Amino acid sequence: MNKPQRVPSSRCLSAVEVKSKFGAEFRRFSLDRSKPGRFEEFYGLLQHVHRIPNVELLVGYADVQGDLLPINNDDNYVKAISTATPLLRLFLQRREEADYSSFATDSLTRRKTTVLSAVLLRPDGGRRKPPVIISLPRDFRPVSSIIDVDILPETHRRVRLYKHGQERPLGFYIRDGASVRVTPAGLEKVPGIFISRLVPGGLAEGTGLLAVNDEVLEVNGIAVAARSLDQVTDMMIANSHNLIVTVKPANQRNNVVRGGGATAGGGAGVSAAPPPPPTHIIQNFPASAADYSDEDDEEEDLVTEVGGEATPIRHAPYDADVPRYEPHLNLRAAAAAERDANGLTASSSSDEATPSATPTATPSPDRRSEGRSLEEEGTVITL
Amino acid sequence: MKRFRRHGHESQRDRLKQELFQFNKTVEHGFPHQPSALGYSPSLQLLAIGTRSGAVKLYGAPSVEFMGLHEENAAVTQVHFLPHQAALVTLLDDNSLHMWTLRGHSGQSELLEIGRFTLTGPPGALPCVTRVTAVLPHSSGELLLLGTEGGHVFVVEVPGFRELEERNISLDQVSNSVPQDYVGRRNLEHVETLQENPLNPTQVVIGYGRGLMVLWDLDRQSAVQHIPATQQLESIWWTEDGSCILSSHSDGSYCRWTVGGDDGEEEEKPDVPYGHFPCKAISKIVQLPTKDGPPFLFFSGGMPRASYGDRHCITVIHGKTHVALDFTSRIIDFFVIRHGPHHTGDPSALVVLVEEELVVMDLQTDGWPVIETPYLVPLHSSAITCSHHVSTIPLKLWERILAAGALQSSHYSLEPWPIMGGKNLAPDPPHRDLLLTGHEDGTVRFWDASGVCLCPVYKLSTAAVFQTDTDPNDNMNTGAEGEWPPFRKVGCFDPYSDDPRLGIQKIHLCKYSGYLTVAGTAGQILVLELNDEAAEQTVEAKVVDLLQGQEGFRWKGHARLDVREQPVRFPPGFQPFTLVQCQPPAVVTALTLHSEWKLVAFGTSHGFGLYDYQQKSNVLIRCTLNPSDQLAMEGPLSRVKSIKKSLRQSFRRIRRSRVSLRKHHVNNAAKLQEANARLEAELAEMELAPVQRKIEARSSDDSFTGLVRTLYFAETFLSDSSHTTASLWAGTNGGCVFAYMLRLPPVEHRADEPITAQPAKEIQLMHRAPVVGVVVLDGHGAPLPDPLEVAHDLARSPDMTGSHHVLVVSEEQFKVFTLPKVSAKMKLKLTAVDGSRVRRAGVAWFGSSRSEDYSESGMLVLTNQGDVHVVSLPHVKMQVQYPCIRREDVSGIASCVFTKHGQGFYLISPSEFERFSLSTRYLVEPCCLVEAPSPPGSAPQPGSPSGRSSSGHTKITDGEDAEVLQEIQKSLEGDQMSFLENHVKPAAV
Repeated sequence: MNKPQRVPSSRCLSAVEVKSKFGAEFRRFSLDRSKPGRFEEFYGLLQHVHRIPNVELLVGYADVQGDLLPINNDDNYVKAISTATPLLRLFLQRREEADYSSFATDSLTRRKTTVLSAVLLRPDGGRRKPPVIISLPRDFRPVSSIIDVDILPETHRRVRLYKHGQERPLGFYIRDGASVRVTPAGLEKVPGIFISRLVPGGLAEGTGLLAVNDEVLEVNGIAVAARSLDQVTDMMIANSHNLIVTVKPANQRNNVVRGGGATAGGGAGVSAAPPPPPTHIIQNFPASAADYSDEDDEEEDLVTEVGGEATPIRHAPYDADVPRYEPHLNLRAAAAAERDANGLTASSSSDEATPSATPTATPSPDRRSEGRSLEEEGTVITL
Repeated sequence: MKRFRRHGHESQRDRLKQELFQFNKTVEHGFPHQPSALGYSPSLQLLAIGTRSGAVKLYGAPSVEFMGLHEENAAVTQVHFLPHQAALVTLLDDNSLHMWTLRGHSGQSELLEIGRFTLTGPPGALPCVTRVTAVLPHSSGELLLLGTEGGHVFVVEVPGFRELEERNISLDQVSNSVPQDYVGRRNLEHVETLQENPLNPTQVVIGYGRGLMVLWDLDRQSAVQHIPATQQLESIWWTEDGSCILSSHSDGSYCRWTVGGDDGEEEEKPDVPYGHFPCKAISKIVQLPTKDGPPFLFFSGGMPRASYGDRHCITVIHGKTHVALDFTSRIIDFFVIRHGPHHTGDPSALVVLVEEELVVMDLQTDGWPVIETPYLVPLHSSAITCSHHVSTIPLKLWERILAAGALQSSHYSLEPWPIMGGKNLAPDPPHRDLLLTGHEDGTVRFWDASGVCLCPVYKLSTAAVFQTDTDPNDNMNTGAEGEWPPFRKVGCFDPYSDDPRLGIQKIHLCKYSGYLTVAGTAGQILVLELNDEAAEQTVEAKVVDLLQGQEGFRWKGHARLDVREQPVRFPPGFQPFTLVQCQPPAVVTALTLHSEWKLVAFGTSHGFGLYDYQQKSNVLIRCTLNPSDQLAMEGPLSRVKSIKKSLRQSFRRIRRSRVSLRKHHVNNAAKLQEANARLEAELAEMELAPVQRKIEARSSDDSFTGLVRTLYFAETFLSDSSHTTASLWAGTNGGCVFAYMLRLPPVEHRADEPITAQPAKEIQLMHRAPVVGVVVLDGHGAPLPDPLEVAHDLARSPDMTGSHHVLVVSEEQFKVFTLPKVSAKMKLKLTAVDGSRVRRAGVAWFGSSRSEDYSESGMLVLTNQGDVHVVSLPHVKMQVQYPCIRREDVSGIASCVFTKHGQGFYLISPSEFERFSLSTRYLVEPCCLVEAPSPPGSAPQPGSPSGRSSSGHTKITDGEDAEVLQEIQKSLEGDQMSFLENHVKPAAV
């Protein structure tokens, strides 16, 4: 990836040779470069040629740098076809056996672990990291991600912190400061908001994506310019369950380099290479503020009915498209875990195909007695 | 409203919004903060007050008010009306002079600044040469004499502020003629005061700081007489017959000098009224004759320095009567109103402006009682701790409260208010509205908030119920017999509270039943009933344990108030009959009353309770305290702070009073103080630096999550969708809403069957922001009416057939849930989008300005950024947003109260409410007309301005400036002539 734009016509070849490997078997066929068709058709074709009609597949291909990149939507499919030189090498895996760590990214399911993002964002100049043996991503709760790399200026970074009702604090402080802007009239000092401190052990520090003196530009898609420190604080706290901050890192050396030959292999992944005609951009998140603010369906209020049974409130169907992960790590007390489960699974409504199918979302029947006993002890039940 | 949901109606909705909402700050109620100057025009009967913040306010008859603000943010040091004109001159701290006029505009007058001027003086002169210390508007109305710190007197033509250099009186001219033997000859110091001879306008007296007074003839440009006083001069008064000059001095003495005698010959022995021991300065002296009897002598100050140096006194001497009026705050200035058509008769009233109030004494009635002021009432006579507004009071209750209030003001003079300038043209207010303010000393004051004038109606004191350290009957006024000086306490400003626990925190008045409930700092809740007769009764106290026996807590705050055990006699008015005391005795944070069900609900930081005041029994107690929340047991943290603050304030007060001893040093002192304040602020900032804010999600373990923020009664579908039940809703700081189902016995068994409350719902908002309001919306999406409102046919009965919704307003979001099955339906996220948080929310009705019959309800919201929003109901869509209060003004935001008709009040200073309106239909703002003064003694002549003014226009109508000037000129000439005709000894002009 990240090669300068290739012009397919220079290849003078209308057909792309495809070599597809599934397990120990190879299949070879060709595709029309000018009319690659849609990903769905392509996927069907693969299942057909390998004679595995009911197997869920993960499709990967080797790009010019030799990176294994996924094909899972129309855009990266077109990209794979158009950059094939001339052979397109495909690697198919059963989805349930998939080794995610071999991929640079997986934007269809929007799953990114910090480790992957952080590791892959380093400008390692195409040097492959030795494969780390780690569990499947679904065993992890994502704590943060870099998003919208493709639509932001290179000097900016949009970081999403997942709070998920876990007990780990967000753990950072902000302050007022002065920011230097380049204007037609020259350099201009304007007031800005900066990260002033990271709490050791907090989420913000743990991600490694935010640092002291990073300038905060946006909170959940809303620019903070001309807002006071208190306003920005309140905005961040109001969004704390799903906080997306756009920062201008104080340290600009670790930025994603785009358009150059270096393979950053970062979150920008498949869609980054050409100078972005907007229609081809896959945005991990919609850019508009309204969309951000609607994307909070994990924030479910809890209603206790007369008997004390807790039921998460179901909203009118939102496009529930947030990661759903089950905390398998037994870090919390059972009660707390259950509380989390309730809180979280409230949102895991529609997508049954998710491999990370969680335990049932309905509250446990003994909730009521538990609530009662807590109440008798004078505990305020926090649901 | 359904039609607006469809697409393509956006523009229609926008048009409707314009018809419904409009933001205006309409009027300031109360007493101006930090007044610094007073002026009065006898001919206009208008009073002018200048403030330290640069505002100038004019008051005439009740509801006749004007306000102007100088662009410079400098204190107004002097205000002078030009004689017989609707114009005034102000002198500011920055040495600039400003000309203001009342100009007619579309049938009403408005106060306009028409000119500004700074004395330049000769080139190269030191700034002190042109620093104005004394201003004399000459009776010709054309000249302004300006005395300066350098000792010169500059003459300026008004209204154009043209310097008449040839007429200036320079220090050299004066000092050349000073007698050789005068001790202060070398340095006369600044011009302290300028006075005109009341009979001969060509003569003025120039009083220099060192004591010398020079009678100066303006025409001949020469001194007529020198009066060689040797003490520092404070003020001069030229008696009406022109024969005498009174001078007051900084050593507490005053002298009487005869005019016309030879230089220095007529010196009389200085009189030190409170003498023997050193006295403080007499800052102003006035003597006025009476038709048949001894003259009145008024002077301020002059108290013996050691024993009464801290008193703020004005002495009035009339014949044998000698009274030292003792005010509770510093005296700014005073003037005397005189009888008669030309205000030349006997003194009728003494008007005193002190720092915290305006006091008017009736001088015609024996004993000189105080005349009740219809405006400029000190709202903060004890600090305001909360306020509550009740719209559209039924006439019956209104009259009963007024009657109870009338009994309380029996000690006031029966004389009418003496300042009656201008005409109030405002239409009668559409409703009778009451504003109730709770005060630190345990009083609740009722104000008539219907119109422009915020008049006191009734005062309720709750202190009588409790045993406090000081006996409330202890009268401060009773001075010992034969005390010298003969003090008499006047004024109602009394900022000292016997016991801070008495402070009122929450008020709820039911306007239909006359039941009132008030709750205070020490967890006390009183239910009161309006009784037209005095009654003697014991108030039973009921202690409610909100901790519900939880272990591990120890209340570290103040103790409960002790209740008086013997019966207390309550005067007619609101009389308490039930007292509930919370344990722990923390501040009551939420309070509501349902007079139909006879229930009162209250909440503190520990929990909430429901009390049946008919059966006098507890219905429900719910502890909301988080077991780990130890901070909630600390008691009011602000107390520690407030002691520190009050100490600092008292030191400041002392410092201020010291530096203000010398009038013309005030400027420097103010500057110094300002610099100090700045330094202090900087230091405070450095202590906290760097200012940083922690970003952390709210957690259940935060402090004060159990604090009850709101309580609400509603008749709604709580358990099933076919029957409505009575319900109580409570919202906490931790984002939790509790709903209880109440079972009320039938009316005939109400007195004996118990009321029960069952928990029905609990909603924990996941964003955990404090819940500041709960409202149930009926089937039409309209808020449920107040209890008894429907019974009194004052509200359309709610739709009880359709599906109800509950709107939960948290500091961050508005969320609508369905009922009876609670599920989120709509929401508006405020904080996530614009970073502001809800501080106040209230339901209001908005009527369209275009069509009489269209109105809708909306949610009025004030944010911590000081913006007001209107949020539509039931769709919770943002309608309009206006900036209202500066966001740094925390106390202003905290004091805001909304009315049911889209208006609001907030404190702009401890003593003033600003009134604002978001409604196009209901607007209370001053609308008044001031007519030009008719020249004394002359009938309106055809063609003359005063003749025109009788046709209902002000003299100065909108027109070309030149025309205006000409008119002024004409009227002045008229004035001058008639003025002269009136006097025996006409002098050449």
